[in-house]
Amino acid sequence: MRPHTRTRFRTRFRTRTVAATAVVCALSVALAGCSGTTKDDAKDDAANAKEDAQNAKADPDAPLKKGLKLAFLPKQINNPYEKIVDEAGIKAAEEYDGEAKEVGPSDAKASSQVSYINTLVQQRQDAILIAANDPNAVCGPLKQAMKQDIKVVAYDSDTSKDCRQLFINQASSEDIGRSLVQHTAEQLGHKGQIAILSATQNATNQNAWIEFMKDELKKPAYKDMKLVKTAYGDDDDQKSFQETQGLLKAYPKLKAIISPTTVGIAAAARYIGGSSYKGKVVLNGLGTPNQMRKYVKNGTVEQFSLWDPEKLGYLASYAAAALASGQITGKEGERFKAGELGERTVGKDGEVILGPPTVFDKKNIDDFDF
Amino acid sequence: MNKYVRYLRWDTGLGILLVAVLLAGAGSTEGFAETTNLSAALNDTAEIALIALPMTLLVVAGQVDLSVASMLGLSSALAGALWDAGWAFELIVPVCLLVGVLGGLLNGWLVTRVGLPSLAVTIGTLTLYRGLASVVLGNKAVADFPDTYAQWASYTETVPGTFVPYPIALFAVLAVVAAVVLHCTGFGRSMFAIGAQEQAAWFAGVRVKRIKLVLFAVTGLMASFAGIVYTLRYGSARADNGLGLELVVIASVLLGGVDFNGGKGTLGGAVAGVLLIGVLNNLLTLNDVSNEIQVIVTGALLIVSVLTPRVIAVLGERRQRRTAAP
Repeated sequence: MRPHTRTRFRTRFRTRTVAATAVVCALSVALAGCSGTTKDDAKDDAANAKEDAQNAKADPDAPLKKGLKLAFLPKQINNPYEKIVDEAGIKAAEEYDGEAKEVGPSDAKASSQVSYINTLVQQRQDAILIAANDPNAVCGPLKQAMKQDIKVVAYDSDTSKDCRQLFINQASSEDIGRSLVQHTAEQLGHKGQIAILSATQNATNQNAWIEFMKDELKKPAYKDMKLVKTAYGDDDDQKSFQETQGLLKAYPKLKAIISPTTVGIAAAARYIGGSSYKGKVVLNGLGTPNQMRKYVKNGTVEQFSLWDPEKLGYLASYAAAALASGQITGKEGERFKAGELGERTVGKDGEVILGPPTVFDKKNIDDFDF
Repeated sequence: MNKYVRYLRWDTGLGILLVAVLLAGAGSTEGFAETTNLSAALNDTAEIALIALPMTLLVVAGQVDLSVASMLGLSSALAGALWDAGWAFELIVPVCLLVGVLGGLLNGWLVTRVGLPSLAVTIGTLTLYRGLASVVLGNKAVADFPDTYAQWASYTETVPGTFVPYPIALFAVLAVVAAVVLHCTGFGRSMFAIGAQEQAAWFAGVRVKRIKLVLFAVTGLMASFAGIVYTLRYGSARADNGLGLELVVIASVLLGGVDFNGGKGTLGGAVAGVLLIGVLNNLLTLNDVSNEIQVIVTGALLIVSVLTPRVIAVLGERRQRRTAAP
């Protein structure tokens, strides 16, 4: 004796499903029929809603305010490179009697940064300095911050342009992208397959550099070089390690890997250094001297580049202070004094450039400690 | 004394703890008790809260759905791809919801018809839906969603006269509905019956399979809806949105005193669990407590929540034995 039969269950269920589906369909057609919102409408909205925070007047002679509260929000709190940048920025704040700190998520996820921005607004910081994991996901809360007169400075990895007042760029993206290809080509004799090992797929800085790398590779000098793949290690040591392994397996003729991320290049060096590819595959990219020293000394890596991350944090810190003190507003052509780095000028789209990247090799690596 | 202890159940205790944390936060931390902060803190839990509702019913019925965060990602990726293709947002929403229902039905079908345990099924669909999300949108991130809807999901736009953002207001309404269904209807009682003793429930005339199927479908629906909320809230549709969120949802539900073995729990407890984790995270962030410590605090709370009822039960048994002894 079954308490209920299968057929009854089926028919009843079917009629209900059909009815429900019909309702959903009718509803959606009706909704779509009466003036839907599409991508093109939204673009107009965004254009109309442009911030007018930049209409404020700059006073280049204003002194740096005392007791400014600054917060660095890195992509990820335990990334060694970001730590160096932020600590230098925090130290710089002491020079102008400011108070700076570093807070942030332990994973490099776009959404993780958002709740931090909200709490920083709540803590009434004078400026938020952010290395964005996703240029758009952090935009809403940053605009909210600017509305409450909190200055926003992006560094290392930019947000969308209307969500911050300044972007402190390590070096021009063009310099970095092109020089990495040029250096690698010299090491290879301008011949062979190459691959890129990047960080996350939406990291603004990585993608800008990769675009310039691709553009540089179009030149006739590189006609014998071919970019076979761009892999993503998500700035995760383990994943970058596995991606390196995967690249070398999938492309037996691979001659070089360019990894424009400090996490990626270190993981790749660890894999190559411990495998039969050591000395056969060229590894170039962006890394820190302390992380890469042993791989340069044991011959896994011949050279790599980076800017001085301490100077980057230092510059960002001073730029934020200048903004918060009203010396600048983020318009092109404004000038401010960045402590011992001297005077800097705000470029197009609020960009301030630190300088060209430095190449590290056997000869000079011991001169650096970071 | 004994009289009061009897009334102090886990979920009421949790409610009291939540109020205590709120009061302690207001007293100790500048900016915590402000409405904008409370709005932001509440809204940060929006997706977790919304998915926790059907998840509570599922767990009460002795089931679990680990694919919810992947469904959230799939819904977000689909919304992004369709938006990019020029679809009207009003049409994207029902399509995403429909996909959510279908995903939920697939889970339910595999559990009820093929007879696989829900844990195994949804570990599989966890990977499947996340994979589909990557197929749909790839590595791209789609932004520039309509301002009107983005505003709806943001914490700055609140129900007039209150500090409650719209996603949370909706959650409150749905929570009442879910509580009524779970605690005041035959349908709800059937869930408890299934969770406690599936065979017995079946022989007693409970339509076990149909109830499970409906629960999985509703869970899929809510997960895809949460995907739309997530996309609007962050203004960014990505295939990896909400990665790992399923564990936070389940942790909140378990913290709320819902028994993972099924058959026991209250919806109020689960809601208190969600809010407690949200409020605690906000409070710790405001006090510059590092992310690692936050994870430890949440983990410790979870362990306590699983242990405490056990300890109380053991103590109760002992007392009974003592009083029963001649």
